[in-house]
Amino acid sequence: MLAESLALSALLFTIGVVGVLTRRNAIIIFMCVELMLNAVNLSFVALSKVYGATGQVFVVFVMTVAAAEAAVGLAIIIAIFRHRQSVNLEDINLLKG
Amino acid sequence: MGDNFVPLFYSFHFYLFGLIAVASAVLFVTRKSPVAAAMWLVNVMFCLAALYVLLDAQFIGAIQVLVYAGAIMVVFLFVVMLLNLGHGDAIADIRGNAGRLAAGLVGLALLAEVMVLARTRFPAQVKLKAAELATDGTAGVIGPIAAPLFNQYLLAFELTSMLLLTAIVGAVVIGKKRSPSDAR
Repeated sequence: MLAESLALSALLFTIGVVGVLTRRNAIIIFMCVELMLNAVNLSFVALSKVYGATGQVFVVFVMTVAAAEAAVGLAIIIAIFRHRQSVNLEDINLLKG
Repeated sequence: MGDNFVPLFYSFHFYLFGLIAVASAVLFVTRKSPVAAAMWLVNVMFCLAALYVLLDAQFIGAIQVLVYAGAIMVVFLFVVMLLNLGHGDAIADIRGNAGRLAAGLVGLALLAEVMVLARTRFPAQVKLKAAELATDGTAGVIGPIAAPLFNQYLLAFELTSMLLLTAIVGAVVIGKKRSPSDAR
């Protein structure tokens, strides 16, 4: 089941990338990033079945980093919403000049 | 474990949950309403938890449900509720043709990579000591994860707590409403 798991993981990652590229809502783009992290977790777990439990340790680390990232990122989104009254990425293009 | 024989029960459920996961992911990406998208993402995460259990990672499956579906997605839904973004058509959300073209090209490239990777051989299975096997049987489910986590990766584990503390402080500072009396 290793090959199937890795293929499924790559498929989910691809769907996440397509979501990031096609959506404009910052929150949904953020959720797509979470989907990509989950896809990588799946390949970690699948490989840990063959190569030992260290992969599962890394899944724990990835989940912690994802939780921290979600907290900070959503706080940033709230702060931006206060300034611009929008989470549409078309309205948030200060760096374009 | 070394043999390639997989019982029909396992493979049936593996493909079932894999199909549900992919279908839910596609629905998640295509929904307009952020709440509906979040619900489909929760469905993906539940399916992944089931797959983790099928892959002999029961503890990871449990914390997947608790942390991802239970905690992180609730934070997302809270933000959607706080900012009152529940109406999908409030934002012309899905990008135009240029974005779709770029996404399609990237998707095709990644899928081509998958096809190439599917033909490569994985390195022959390394000889694992019995203590390193994920499914030892004598150490239970959590023991094989706890041993490397608290020996080999202890420093990283402790740094994780610093990371979480930093994230908490950062989220509060960034998200705090600045009162007009602040001298800034």
